[in-house]
Amino acid sequence: MTDPSTNPNNTRTIKIDMMARVEGEGALNVTVKNGQVQDVQLRIFEPPRFFEAFLQGRHVNEVPDIVARICGICPVAYQMSAVHALEPIFGVEIPPTIRDLRRLLYCGEWIESHVLHIYMLQAPDFLGFASGLDMARVHPDLVKQGLRLKKAGNQLITLLGGRSVHPVSVKIGGFSQVPTKDQLHGLKDELLWARDAAVKTLEWVSGFEFKDPEQNYTFLALRGPSEYPMNSGPLVTNEGHHLNTSEFEDHFHEEQVPYSTALHCTFQGKSYLTGPLARLSLNHDQLSPFTKEIFTETGFSLPFKRASMGIVARSVEVIYAIDEALRVIEEYEPPEFPSVPVAIKSGTGMAATEAPRGVLYHRYQVAEDGTIQLAKIVPPTSQNQRRIEDDLRNLLPDLLHLSDEETAIKCERHIRSYDPCISCATHFLKFTRKEIS
Amino acid sequence: MVETHISPRRKRPRVAVVKFASCDGCQLSILNLEDDLLALGSAIDIAYFPEASSDMQAGPYDITFVEGSITCPEDLPRILELRQQTTTLITIGACATSGGIQALRNWSEIEAFKRVVYPNPEYIQSLSTSTPISEHVMVDYELWGCPIDKQQLLRVLTDLLQGVKPHIPTHSVCLDCKRQGHVCVLVAKGLPCLGPVTRTGCGAICPSMGRDCYGCFGPAEHDSVHPPGVPPNTASLAQQFHQNLQLIPVEMVRRFRGINGSVQSFSKESDAWESK
Repeated sequence: MTDPSTNPNNTRTIKIDMMARVEGEGALNVTVKNGQVQDVQLRIFEPPRFFEAFLQGRHVNEVPDIVARICGICPVAYQMSAVHALEPIFGVEIPPTIRDLRRLLYCGEWIESHVLHIYMLQAPDFLGFASGLDMARVHPDLVKQGLRLKKAGNQLITLLGGRSVHPVSVKIGGFSQVPTKDQLHGLKDELLWARDAAVKTLEWVSGFEFKDPEQNYTFLALRGPSEYPMNSGPLVTNEGHHLNTSEFEDHFHEEQVPYSTALHCTFQGKSYLTGPLARLSLNHDQLSPFTKEIFTETGFSLPFKRASMGIVARSVEVIYAIDEALRVIEEYEPPEFPSVPVAIKSGTGMAATEAPRGVLYHRYQVAEDGTIQLAKIVPPTSQNQRRIEDDLRNLLPDLLHLSDEETAIKCERHIRSYDPCISCATHFLKFTRKEIS
Repeated sequence: MVETHISPRRKRPRVAVVKFASCDGCQLSILNLEDDLLALGSAIDIAYFPEASSDMQAGPYDITFVEGSITCPEDLPRILELRQQTTTLITIGACATSGGIQALRNWSEIEAFKRVVYPNPEYIQSLSTSTPISEHVMVDYELWGCPIDKQQLLRVLTDLLQGVKPHIPTHSVCLDCKRQGHVCVLVAKGLPCLGPVTRTGCGAICPSMGRDCYGCFGPAEHDSVHPPGVPPNTASLAQQFHQNLQLIPVEMVRRFRGINGSVQSFSKESDAWESK
């Protein structure tokens, strides 16, 4: 620990060298001079993997399998953004049943990803444990409930996609195979159990203490006409913006900072927030009646202005995703064909979908022979990076009286509450050099 | 491979899970052992697993699971240090075992790749290749797959805990597919299925979902005719694709240059078709 009063330059550096319980590898550097926070750097040192580069020259039909590998936690999100970006180029119209099945697949991913974060990554912070496994020694039934709930999400993905990590059935035009009615109905009992468990989860996390300062967030989420957003809808903010996906790159810009392998994305030059807090705040009126009722009982009011309350937003979305999955299963009539025919041609297409962690934007330029000429991918965590740094700047003045170690722990918890996915955020963005400032 | 058993009489083995360049999906597969995770947590001492625990203890470790490939200069001292700290080192997944999908850079010029992704490529420290862990240190066991099969991981761990030498099957997934009774997608649908040359482990999920295998478990090492250790006959399968399915050379290159494209038996085939 450094005592600021004895430091000759009155400079104090607080470091987290390796953040735990986040997906991927990141660190934090904070510099304080004369008692003032001078610099906050969320350092992402996850090695770049260059997806946008090696996608060039690959065939469009390979894209869903390739982009899934960007993230093991949210592969479905990458597959969804990819097929929705590519299909308009070929004039593909997705029939309603396929559309619903894709929603069902996404529900599975929201469930497994959110429950992982709630139980294994974030809750241990509120209860003072180093991990979900440590928490299980004191609260075994609770953690078992969480694991079974996570499994319910994974079972949905496995039924539709063959396996839960990097599922294999998603293709341009639909699926390689769709489930039978009986197969889907076979999941109903477990999902009904899961919905009860999700309600209990929300009750549990609602009792946590949320003490971080309120922030003035610009929220960004998709918002469709009639349903809680997953695969479609224009982009909206709480400041009244309404943008089509085709306008994304006019308003959102990425820049590179020397200390990070993930590019920073800003909206009209400012930081913003995407993910469950933003989605819930902007789309709560589109939750299912059941979810709305349960959420009302918590007594919380929206918008949420504390990052730590992400755990509440995630728990609400888990209830919704299970309720929505049950709706899709109930209404399901297998389509005649698992996919519609696709005639490959050249063109450019883009789409944004709601990954568990927020807006995931893809744009592809396709050549006549079906190969990818350009790929651009903007994942949610690179969009939230700047906002995380801004949050910490607001948070730090109240923490500086603490030791470096305690300050670092509080900062790390705050970053973790965002559920950053560092593997996703790295290796991205900007395919031309002309925008260099 | 040397036999590196963990004696069952010893106290709980100290286990580390570390990551290099990867998507985190294989580590997630460990956390996806939902039914067995708590039992596993009491059978082993999870000493270092940053993705799951903020309690990060220094080595030595009895077992280290390594996810991810070597892609950066700073990875090199790190993997050497880990090897020194570890009794039994096991790679998990395609990245750690073959270099993974990011090994597609091995056929390109890395500076050009940096320029495609980053406006200031000079900030990025990256090696020109993505290489498997076994190119840098001795590996005791390899779990293939993108992602690994979590039951295969559990089996290896259980074997080690019991003091049994783990046996990881290497036969072609085509055999599993036949045993499961799936309609052959190559014969019936004319899809360029890599199943005949791909290693078992996934449970033949692609044909079971009505599509062709894309080789995410890497090359098989023996089939119904050949003994273990023999590379699969990719040349024969490629000829089939070319003659019967009318795949042109560039399609053949892409077919074999995928998730495990850098592993020798697949890279040899893709390189051969690239020069045609």
